[in-house]
Amino acid sequence: MTFIFIFISAVFVNNIVLSQFLGICPFLGVSKRMDTAIGMTGAVAFVMAIATIFTYIIQKAVLDPFHIQFLQTITFILIIAALVQLVEIVLKKISPALYQALGVYLPLITTNCTILGVALLVIKKDFNLVESVVFAISTAIGFGLALILLAGIREQLNMVKLPKGMEGIPAALITAGLLAMAFMGFAGIVR
Amino acid sequence: MKNSGIKILLNGLIKENPVFVLILGMCPTLATTSSAVNGMSMGLATLFVLFSSNIIVSILKNIIPDKVRIPAYVVIIATFVSVAEMLIHAYFPAIYESLGIFIPLIVVNCIVLGRAEAFASKNTVLSSALDGLGMGLGFTLALTLLGVVRELLGTGKVFGNIVFSENYGAIIFVLAPGAFIVLGYLIAIMNKLRKTL
Repeated sequence: MTFIFIFISAVFVNNIVLSQFLGICPFLGVSKRMDTAIGMTGAVAFVMAIATIFTYIIQKAVLDPFHIQFLQTITFILIIAALVQLVEIVLKKISPALYQALGVYLPLITTNCTILGVALLVIKKDFNLVESVVFAISTAIGFGLALILLAGIREQLNMVKLPKGMEGIPAALITAGLLAMAFMGFAGIVR
Repeated sequence: MKNSGIKILLNGLIKENPVFVLILGMCPTLATTSSAVNGMSMGLATLFVLFSSNIIVSILKNIIPDKVRIPAYVVIIATFVSVAEMLIHAYFPAIYESLGIFIPLIVVNCIVLGRAEAFASKNTVLSSALDGLGMGLGFTLALTLLGVVRELLGTGKVFGNIVFSENYGAIIFVLAPGAFIVLGYLIAIMNKLRKTL
């Protein structure tokens, strides 16, 4: 039951983009077209699940026992950066098809704050390892949902005439604001 | 020399304002501006990190091998973020609480790494410091402005001083959707102003 709560909470109620404000850069950057939005979602889900497992284990096995939690930020960002490189190399060897699909998005992910954000959040929320993985995957799904919704709307927005200053980013931001308003309707479903 | 120094400083403030023009560092911009005070403290924390990391990166630019420069920059930035986090935690516990996870997330703020890579790794220590200062001030200015607008529309206050009764405030502007909408309109206004200037 907890897993379902975590899932619904991460996808709808506390959507990572629309109510937590993490991952706004890729949210605005790759939401111009549907296919790039889907590719980015896949890459984020993949890296986020792996990164959360690694950072969680390091936190519990190294940082906590030695009382060096103040190194958390540096450790986590290094793990994530190294992991992204590793995933890139491994994917290239094992599955060229998947690498083709996700390749261009992987380097961008190091500076995607959702990955570091989720790694820090699971420690803050005191989840166990399984809950953390469920949370990471649900968060990625939530990110994908918001990204794909916005991409769909922006594809349509291209066909209407907007005032000059509003074109591009401002229009996307206001659309995102309306989406966020819609997502507020989910508030209160879980807790 | 004196002239170009001022130019570098003003560049980050207006012409290449990180938030309104470069559209970098959106996450803290949207998340921490629910009030003017929060926005300003986030801006100042980023200013500190940007200023210090720009100086160190430009000092070390000839020592760091080209191939590992990005990881090296990230470590430098992460160090200063940890310093900032501990300082805020020690001296401003209330601000530490309200900014929460967004303090460690300064590490992945694209402006900091962006300026290290695009400016500090190619320029002298002095101009890198000025660039860090200018960009940081531009970021602080943008966040404070956004915070003021959201706080005013949402609760009728500016920096906690009552302007009009809270009953007339639209709370939506303090919540998540307001952040997106206010920033969208502010960028649109800036676009318009820059065209006419």
